[in-house]
Amino acid sequence: MQSQRILIEDLHLAFGSTEVLKGIDLEIRPGEFFAFLGPSGSGKSTLLRAIAGFGPKPSRGRIVIGEEDVAGLPPWERNVGMVFQNYALWPHMTVWKNVAFGLEERCVPKAEIAARVEEALQLVGLLELAQRRPSQLSGGQQQRVALARTIVVRPRVLLLDEPLSNLDANLRVQMRRELLRLQRELGITTIFVTHDQEEANTTADRMAVLDQGVIQQVGTPMELYDAPVNLFVAGFLGSANRIRGRVVAEAGSRVFRGAGGVVLPVPPDEAEGEAWAIFRPQNVRLLEEGDASTEKVRQGVACFAGKVLRAEFLGSIIRYALVLEDEEEILLDEPHRPGQHVLREGERATACIDAQAVRILRQ
Amino acid sequence: MMLAAQGRMQWGAAATGLSVLLVLLVFFVVPVAKVFYVAFLDAQTGELTLVNFLDFFRTSLFRESFFNSLYVALMSVVVATIIAVPLAYFTTRFNFTGAALIHTLGVIPLIMPPFVGAVAMQMLFGANGSINLLLDEWFGFTIPFMEGLNGVILVESIHYFPFILINLSASLSNIDRAMEEAAQNLGAHGFRLFRRVVFPLAMPGFAAGAALVFLKVFDDLGTPLLLNVNNMLAPQAYLRISSIGIADPMGYVISVILVVFSLFSLWVSFLATRGRDYASVQKGGGGLMKRDLRTWEKVGAWAVIVLILIVVLSPHIGLLLLSFGTIWSFSVLPDAFTVKHYQEVFTTAWPYIANTLLYAGLAALLDVILATAIAYVVWRTNLPGRQVLDYLGTAAVAVPGVVLGIGYLRMFHDFNVPLVNEPLASWWVIIVVALMIRRLPYALRACTAALQQVSVALEEAAQNLGAGRFSTVRRIVVPLMAGGIAAGFVTAFATAAVELSAVLILVSKESDAPLAYGIYVYMQTAAGRGPGAALGVLAVIIVGVATYLSHRFVERTRAEREAAGRQAATGAA
Ligand SMILES: Nc1ncnc2c1ncn2[C@@H]1O[C@H](COP(=O)(O)OP(=O)(O)OP(=O)(O)O)[C@@H](O)[C@H]1O
Ligand SMILES: [Mg+2]
Repeated sequence: MQSQRILIEDLHLAFGSTEVLKGIDLEIRPGEFFAFLGPSGSGKSTLLRAIAGFGPKPSRGRIVIGEEDVAGLPPWERNVGMVFQNYALWPHMTVWKNVAFGLEERCVPKAEIAARVEEALQLVGLLELAQRRPSQLSGGQQQRVALARTIVVRPRVLLLDEPLSNLDANLRVQMRRELLRLQRELGITTIFVTHDQEEANTTADRMAVLDQGVIQQVGTPMELYDAPVNLFVAGFLGSANRIRGRVVAEAGSRVFRGAGGVVLPVPPDEAEGEAWAIFRPQNVRLLEEGDASTEKVRQGVACFAGKVLRAEFLGSIIRYALVLEDEEEILLDEPHRPGQHVLREGERATACIDAQAVRILRQ
Repeated sequence: MMLAAQGRMQWGAAATGLSVLLVLLVFFVVPVAKVFYVAFLDAQTGELTLVNFLDFFRTSLFRESFFNSLYVALMSVVVATIIAVPLAYFTTRFNFTGAALIHTLGVIPLIMPPFVGAVAMQMLFGANGSINLLLDEWFGFTIPFMEGLNGVILVESIHYFPFILINLSASLSNIDRAMEEAAQNLGAHGFRLFRRVVFPLAMPGFAAGAALVFLKVFDDLGTPLLLNVNNMLAPQAYLRISSIGIADPMGYVISVILVVFSLFSLWVSFLATRGRDYASVQKGGGGLMKRDLRTWEKVGAWAVIVLILIVVLSPHIGLLLLSFGTIWSFSVLPDAFTVKHYQEVFTTAWPYIANTLLYAGLAALLDVILATAIAYVVWRTNLPGRQVLDYLGTAAVAVPGVVLGIGYLRMFHDFNVPLVNEPLASWWVIIVVALMIRRLPYALRACTAALQQVSVALEEAAQNLGAGRFSTVRRIVVPLMAGGIAAGFVTAFATAAVELSAVLILVSKESDAPLAYGIYVYMQTAAGRGPGAALGVLAVIIVGVATYLSHRFVERTRAEREAAGRQAATGAA
């Protein structure tokens, strides 16, 4: 089957009087692996379920799959495959029966059912376990059965609600690769909901960050990480230092002056006014004691002196918290190497950052 | 020293377990075994033989009774299902204000056993009852609701349908909503969805309820006797023993058949539920999708419920009418109303009431003591063979009152109680013992549930601070189980207060008789129906109050537990 696009326009949805989705506009391209990311309660599941036809009827808006507006269709007429977070395998049926269910509902001839169930189970590597009951399977196996059960009917799109959240860490990494392989093989447009940024970053072609029923930003994982459009997205994806201040003109160029006196270089075309400076801890590096100067700011590097507040060893990095002279607190990450000199609490240090690593947000 | 204490405690638990076992052996296992033994005994030669069973199936009355009992039990399951399924469906499927009403129906078999309402039902639905008089007058035809076996089926299913309702509702509301959504997502809806996913998932609950109805009806003695339907198994057993005597083997053969079929129905329900603890596989829970009813659907739903409600409450309504009516015969309603039946009951029937309170109270007390001991030994010690106590305590469900009564007569008729100088079989205490064994399963279920809610860590904390096992039980376990124990006591009390079948066999003189017996005796004669009904109303009130109290105990413990849970949660945060 051809990959289908999903188009959502101005979708509003409420549980009783609480509005949970507030005007969602989204286009998901054919064959894309798309992720919904957002904090708990942001409406990810609600949006996904709305696409499958579950939950309250949207009060406004359109949901188009391929060329068809499905917003008015009941779930069983949408042909949208959904994998549930708890898998929802029917305990009274064997694996085989579970997978055959959707085909039987579609009145597919018996011989074809057998062939397709076998093919689907083969695809997820569980053909030998076809006669087991769901309760006799491990979590990862149940996950695969749920997947097979959904893809065997060749749905127009595939929806997954936190499909990996019930698995342990190692299995999760393995399953997400498998999921991606399968998606590529089938070429099916896929949306999956996750809490886990790493999961979204490693698998999604593009993703949408939701908060409070509103899409905050859509883009590739790297775009969102490097160029967040607001403080929420910046703070939600990884750690970010944020400093409040103003962009001012200085000596024919532009600099950012923090409320406490920190000075940061900014691109010359940045407009003046109230702003936030955002930069990631790993883009800040430690310098030898002593030579912070505004001179360097104009060359595209800013350095500031401070004192170590604490040092945390996180495995691949050491994360320092520094208090700058103006009492501003920033995080900086140093890659960890064996035998490295670790600054102790109270030691003086100088941190530097490049202009292109600083992002200015107005808000 | 610690080790010595441990050893002593293990010894104490063993002593407790053994005493309980002894009680169960003497008053349950051996009498029932005796009944089985006698059934296979040649009355003349004293040899083991199958001839009694051959005689049984050669006698056409017994054959007929056997098939009648089977037919009545199966049809009662069918009728009860027809009543229960729509009710369960309404409450679990829709946001329906009638749901609370439906849930209250669930207590009906507890507060009024079928035999109490049987005669009242005859007055309402019998050939010359109110309904048929009206039908005849308006439409010129009548319906044989209460003709022979029909009457037993109607009365039994009206009383016992809640067992199916409760179990079915419970398993429906345990179904993970995602089970249903997954099926819809794959294209199933409407009746197919129900048949392929919802119904199979609810099946274990239905089977458990249906088995219970089958067993209760198959074993019931009072209802057929009062409806004058004697060609069924339990009445035949009773009549043989009471008219021919305890030497007649037929009573024993029938007892064996009753027990075997009871066990069979439990076994079927076990098969239906085994390996289908679906709740553990379904993680979400939360019940099926509920939707609001449209206006006309609401009207329809209410109509169905009101109709069912009227039918279900008709024994109670009939009983009230009967108790306040003067003469009620060939008329829709009694000729006039009076309180004289109640006056009569209050002047002459005190012994019945006093006996009931004494017997049921003692039996329930013994039940919770036994049940707590069994629960503790089974769940908190590692004595070898401790499961046997649990099995025995639960197995009493499968032994009808008639069978236990016959067993006691046979076992204890020549055992003279010292000092009292009376055979144990005709001493009033034997009634208490019978009630105790019959109601032990109820108390055991309540106490086991209560114990399982007590975290082992709480006991370990006490032991860590130096409490021995006995003082841990006394100071920690029993107080924490108190709500469950109280609920077990009250349930055992309420159901023992209206038990008839064992009582009917074991009451040897009028002065020893409890309420149920009194109701039965009064209801036998046309003149006695009024006072009998008044006594029945009294029994319903006693049992109703007790049931309400038990409900309160359970609710209060739960509320306390939840409050404690919240505290722990906020404390941790
Ligand atoms: N059945 C419901 N009735 C009322 N409110 C609901 C219901 N389901 C969800 N909500 C509300 O809708 C909002 C969005 O919920 P949703 O389940 O979509 O969040 P989510 O982003 O999937 O969160 P999570 O990551 O925790 O799964 C929440 O504020 C939630 O309280
Ligand atoms: Mg969710």
